[in-house]
Amino acid sequence: MLKFQGPFALERSTPDAALLASTGQRNRTQLTRASDQNAIIFDQVALISSQGRPILEKVELEIPSGETTALIGRSGSGKTTLLRMVNRLVVPSQGRVLVEGKATSDWDPIVLRRSIGYVIQETGLLPHFDAERNVGIVLEISGQPKQAIKARVSELFSLVGLDEETFAHRMSYELSGGQRQRIGLARALAAEPKVLLMDEPFGALDPLTRAEMQDVLRDLLPRVQKTVLLVTHDLEEALYLASNIVLLEAGKVVARLPSKDFLTSKIPAVENFVRAVHRGTRTVTGATT
Amino acid sequence: MPGFLAQNASDIGELTMEHLWLTGSAVLLASAIGIPTAIWLTRHGRWAKPVLVVVNVIQTIPSLALFGFLLPLPWLGERAARIAIAALTGYALLPIVRNTYEGIRGVDPTVIEVATALGMTDRQRLWKVELPLAAGFILAGLRTATVLAVGIATIAAAVGAGGLGELIFRGVASLDNRLVLAGAIPSAMLALAADTFLGWIETRLRVPAFKDGKGRE
Repeated sequence: MLKFQGPFALERSTPDAALLASTGQRNRTQLTRASDQNAIIFDQVALISSQGRPILEKVELEIPSGETTALIGRSGSGKTTLLRMVNRLVVPSQGRVLVEGKATSDWDPIVLRRSIGYVIQETGLLPHFDAERNVGIVLEISGQPKQAIKARVSELFSLVGLDEETFAHRMSYELSGGQRQRIGLARALAAEPKVLLMDEPFGALDPLTRAEMQDVLRDLLPRVQKTVLLVTHDLEEALYLASNIVLLEAGKVVARLPSKDFLTSKIPAVENFVRAVHRGTRTVTGATT
Repeated sequence: MPGFLAQNASDIGELTMEHLWLTGSAVLLASAIGIPTAIWLTRHGRWAKPVLVVVNVIQTIPSLALFGFLLPLPWLGERAARIAIAALTGYALLPIVRNTYEGIRGVDPTVIEVATALGMTDRQRLWKVELPLAAGFILAGLRTATVLAVGIATIAAAVGAGGLGELIFRGVASLDNRLVLAGAIPSAMLALAADTFLGWIETRLRVPAFKDGKGRE
């Protein structure tokens, strides 16, 4: 029987093992191990819609600190909801989410949110602020002095590879999709958060810009040492950027694996997902060779 | 005609100033009441409907009748200007409350969510995001309210509150069209001037910032 290392270890041969882990039986022991104080922990998290429909069911999950974890799954599988629970934009109906060892419900939501970077698709920039003010907004609302904000903003511009002089005073609509995402990323990093939440950050970009932004992120993330939770439905993106991949299906975690083992996994849900993603690729290859 | 103007110039000037004062204070008062109320309503949604119904009903009362209703009231009824300002404030409320409310509620929900996710307090979200983005709408409401008030204020003369309506009433009573026009033309010009001025500010405040790169209309 093959086994994976680390907190994501799952027995690969039986699909039941993955399901077992998602119901928490197995992971309980891992959570109590308390090896990773700064991990984000979903402890028996469930969410039921106002109409009584389950959106998330008993999610038991540990997002290791300092690494990038991708949440993948089809639309409506609950991945964005799960992500939004981390900064308490969504409150679970049952269970709790731990950030830095403390349940989100015990955090002051304002403090919690300021300590977490948040990047979303396309419209994430405040439309009435220029790029500079967008980047510095978290510092501004935390009451930091103007000089300090200015200095930090300059740093961030160069961190995300944008020329400050050219872009500082542009409004959101005067920026290209890629530039907007760089500004969004800079803003998320401004207050030096330990955690970065990214919800389909490159979803609205064309393939070339998307690839360029993935490179920016891949180059940047190891340098800034963040716990990153990345929601995407793009498997290639998950494989390229994340060290761990969590697959959700209809509100349940059906697999969590190190990225390197994802494609070869024998868990049926993973196999299905991989097959669906690669179907097109095969046809193209088949046709051209 | 030039003789007529020369004869009545000081009257026209004085009444125009009075008209401005009545309308200006009413619109200011209506803003002071209406804008905070509308903001409060965006936070307490279930009150929105009943409150909007009330300001709507005020709007449907014929103006002459409303001036009449206010006449016997203790403090208000003592001075005609008070009645006029109270009534005009009532009329100005609807466009101000409705536009402020709709303007704030109309801010892109994604933007609101981002503001929340960034860790803004409710107050910061209001001042830094909602009000600036709704400013164009709020101003459009003020503009409608002002034009409306300038027009209705002419009727305030009926209860002796003065304003350009006085010339109109005098003209009607003495069958002197020149007097009617001396009241009506400056009043129309006031309305146009206020509309143009507020419209100019409004276009400056609209944020040309949405996905398509065009302004929000």
